[in-house]
Amino acid sequence: MNKPFKFEIDGIEIEAQRGQSIMQAADEAGVYIPRLCDTEGLEPQGSCRVCVVKQNGRAVSACTQPAIEGAKVENETEEILGYRRDLVRMLYHEGNHLCPICEASGRCELQAMGYRLGITQATKYPYLQPARPVDASHPDIVLDTNRCILCGRCIRASRDIDKKHVFEYVGRGINKRVGVNGNKLAETDVKLNDRAIDLATCPVGCIIQKGRGFFAPIGERQFDKKPITLGVGPGKNRGKS
Amino acid sequence: MESRIVSICRRYADDRTRLMDILLEVQRELRGIEPAAMELIARQLGITRVEVEGVVSFYAFFSRRTKGEIIIRVCDDIIDRHAGGREIAKVFVEELGLAIGTTSADGRFSLEITPFLGMSDQAPSAMVNETILTRLTVQKVRLVCARLREGTEPRDLVVHTGDGNNSHPLIRAEVNNNIRLAGEVLLCPVPANAGLRSALQRRPQELLAELEESGLTGRGGAGFPTGKKWRAAADTAATRRFIICNADEGEPGTFKDRVLLTERADLMIEGMTIAAYTVGSDAGIIYLRGEYSYLRPYLESVLQARREHGVLGKNIGGKQGFDFDIRIQLGAGAYICGEESALISSCEGLRGEPKNRPPFPVESGYLGFPTVVDNVETYCCAARIMEQGGAWFGSFGTDRSSGTKLFSVSGDCARPGVYELPFGITVRDLLDRVDAPDAAAVQVGGPSGEMINMSQFERRLCLEDLPTGGSVMVFSQRRNILEIVDHFLEFFVEESCGYCTPCRVGNVFLKKRIEKVRKGLCELEDLAYLKELGKTIAVTSRCGLGHTSPNPVLSTIRNFPLVYAVLLKEHGDGVQASFDIQAALEESRRLAKRRSMIYDPNYDEA
Ligand SMILES: Cc1cc2nc3c(=O)[nH]c(=O)nc-3n(C[C@H](O)[C@H](O)[C@H](O)COP(=O)(O)O)c2cc1C
Ligand code: SF4
Ligand code: SF4
Ligand code: SF4
Ligand code: FES
Repeated sequence: MNKPFKFEIDGIEIEAQRGQSIMQAADEAGVYIPRLCDTEGLEPQGSCRVCVVKQNGRAVSACTQPAIEGAKVENETEEILGYRRDLVRMLYHEGNHLCPICEASGRCELQAMGYRLGITQATKYPYLQPARPVDASHPDIVLDTNRCILCGRCIRASRDIDKKHVFEYVGRGINKRVGVNGNKLAETDVKLNDRAIDLATCPVGCIIQKGRGFFAPIGERQFDKKPITLGVGPGKNRGKS
Repeated sequence: MESRIVSICRRYADDRTRLMDILLEVQRELRGIEPAAMELIARQLGITRVEVEGVVSFYAFFSRRTKGEIIIRVCDDIIDRHAGGREIAKVFVEELGLAIGTTSADGRFSLEITPFLGMSDQAPSAMVNETILTRLTVQKVRLVCARLREGTEPRDLVVHTGDGNNSHPLIRAEVNNNIRLAGEVLLCPVPANAGLRSALQRRPQELLAELEESGLTGRGGAGFPTGKKWRAAADTAATRRFIICNADEGEPGTFKDRVLLTERADLMIEGMTIAAYTVGSDAGIIYLRGEYSYLRPYLESVLQARREHGVLGKNIGGKQGFDFDIRIQLGAGAYICGEESALISSCEGLRGEPKNRPPFPVESGYLGFPTVVDNVETYCCAARIMEQGGAWFGSFGTDRSSGTKLFSVSGDCARPGVYELPFGITVRDLLDRVDAPDAAAVQVGGPSGEMINMSQFERRLCLEDLPTGGSVMVFSQRRNILEIVDHFLEFFVEESCGYCTPCRVGNVFLKKRIEKVRKGLCELEDLAYLKELGKTIAVTSRCGLGHTSPNPVLSTIRNFPLVYAVLLKEHGDGVQASFDIQAALEESRRLAKRRSMIYDPNYDEA
């Protein structure tokens, strides 16, 4: 039953264990599949869709789809890169992203993904311009959901690791956003050393640690030097730069 | 307030998975679920307030602010709109002195619009608390408002009750069945419990074989072979299994489940009971859309009568050890909860978001147990198959689509209503029956289906050609195709659960571009933009809603190219068609005020 099996990603043979997702197997084999909502240590969610691949011709999210023996998986084809660009552009346009003045610039996974996919200019989509109040009530933490990509990493970290469930999705559709357990962050029991607040958790610049802003000069941050990929990517080596 | 909330929670044993029921009761008793109430519920269930808020804010029928004693919801699907629904809404606005989406200062009334009530065969319609009003006219609305102001209870607004069980004392609705054609499987007279009796004499394996022989496919739209589904659930090792009936009927233009729930409730429950016996289940759920809550007391009475007759509950049909009972789960205004895994989330007291698949519900569904989710009509067919045999059922319809199908026909035709016909009939045949000589376009399968043109009326309604869960909307030459497309996109933007990027964001962009096309501000390149964006949404979305939401655009580009051609400008003169100076100024004005079309609720009034 538990014999490892093989499948292919873009023609490269990958070994997988039963029950592994395409993403897990690819990670172990050192093949990078782009991702935003998935990160090490949290249950996969399958919401950003940036990890879309084709498994035997069917589009699936690599982070949630089990690997299948003998399957042919397409990862970096022109078609899929096109989808990924569209998805990343959608996220840019859904929120307010002014990188030059953003605390997360250079360590932001969305920005890094944009670079990786070659998105450097304003794109074809309209801007939705949310104008949500910034929550700076907490002594140590600022929450600015205007840049939120709804990846749910803070929600899962707080629920599953911190066991606090401080964050949760509120609303639906385009009005969906991240809410906190109370009228503002200061009313919650969130703490600076929670996993939800760890710099590796929020892939963008929504959750900001007060007093730690701009801790590494722009130009010397993680993705300034190396493009986003395995080991430099989500949740790995983050916060140590 | 505290004691009321505590006692409601206790009634559900402080069970977090029953949060939907708790919220439905709190909403009804307190007319809203304010932060203090969420706090109390959270404390009682041992969860955080934001978890409760996550659920409350997901469903349209829950509100975080206190609503009026009487909530009026005017139906806004495209058929109702064409039938004058917008004017009806305006009369309510005038009569009650209330803007849409607001509550009167005295706390008496709230006025809202709702995407689809399931009454497009008797449009325009509205819902007053749980009472449905149909065929509204300006005079009727004025009268209704006058009576409500005098203190008439909503249910006493019903003067003439409808046909059949619509006049049953537990329903008393002015809804009509509009059964225009009864076929040989479902709407003909059916003997009580004949299928169940026959099934209980056979072994589950034989029943699975019978079902497979019948060729029955799911009636909810996706057309999955029912026998295969039941077998998968039966074959999954588990300590419990669940049978769920999908009575969410949210696809605009469908109302055949409403008619089955009214006239064939026994047959449907019989089918669920057979499913339980076949796969080995002891508990079932009927997920009834909130819009049909007027049917709930009646359905409860049918369940109770069946318990008393020994065809539900313990030792069913005298069969020792075969126990099966059913509860009704009311929905709260979310189209996505018709998607089977979202429906399960909702039954579990969660936000009505689809689940990641695999695992599929037949492997791990409600509370992690193997679960069969089938449509109302599917269970009705299954009961008839057990009575008459799979071969009999397979003698109706086509190769891959066996049996008869209920079609809900509405729009520009003389005889809207429900038609039971074998799968495989042509659109033209159906149009003749509904008397629609002016039909110029037909939307098959609801907004998520396909819009076809006159030259395609010979196409057949079946899985092999034009699949449909039953919705058939007829549009005459007078209708504006792009208005319809725009309206359908509005529906999807409104009803997207927001879980995944392409559906949540992409549909907004699709809608914005169609609005621009309608204003004549687009060029040929915009067609490519629409197709490309539509493809990304369809391919990368996580569930059926996103897979099909671009269909209104993609199918009309294919089938009505001229509609686009007349609106798309060519370059030629060197001036960009899409540059509209007024709009550009307008845009910067908006920017300066930092207002946002999507996020600012009062944007239109500004
Ligand atoms: C967005 C969406 C809405 C749906 N709404 C309904 C519905 O209202 N009723 C229904 O029976 N099936 C609906 N379905 C299909 C269900 O997911 C599922 O396929 C069906 O309940 C299975 O039952 P069946 O095999 O008997 O058709 C919907 C699917 C999607 C993607
Ligand atoms: S969150 Fe990332 S993409 Fe957005 S502004 Fe900051 S650096 Fe740029
Ligand atoms: S705040 Fe950050 S971590 Fe949380 S959902 Fe938004 S982007 Fe993800
Ligand atoms: S496709 Fe739409 S409805 Fe389905 S999960 Fe994604 S956002 Fe939700
Ligand atoms: S990483 Fe797989 S969907 Fe986001």
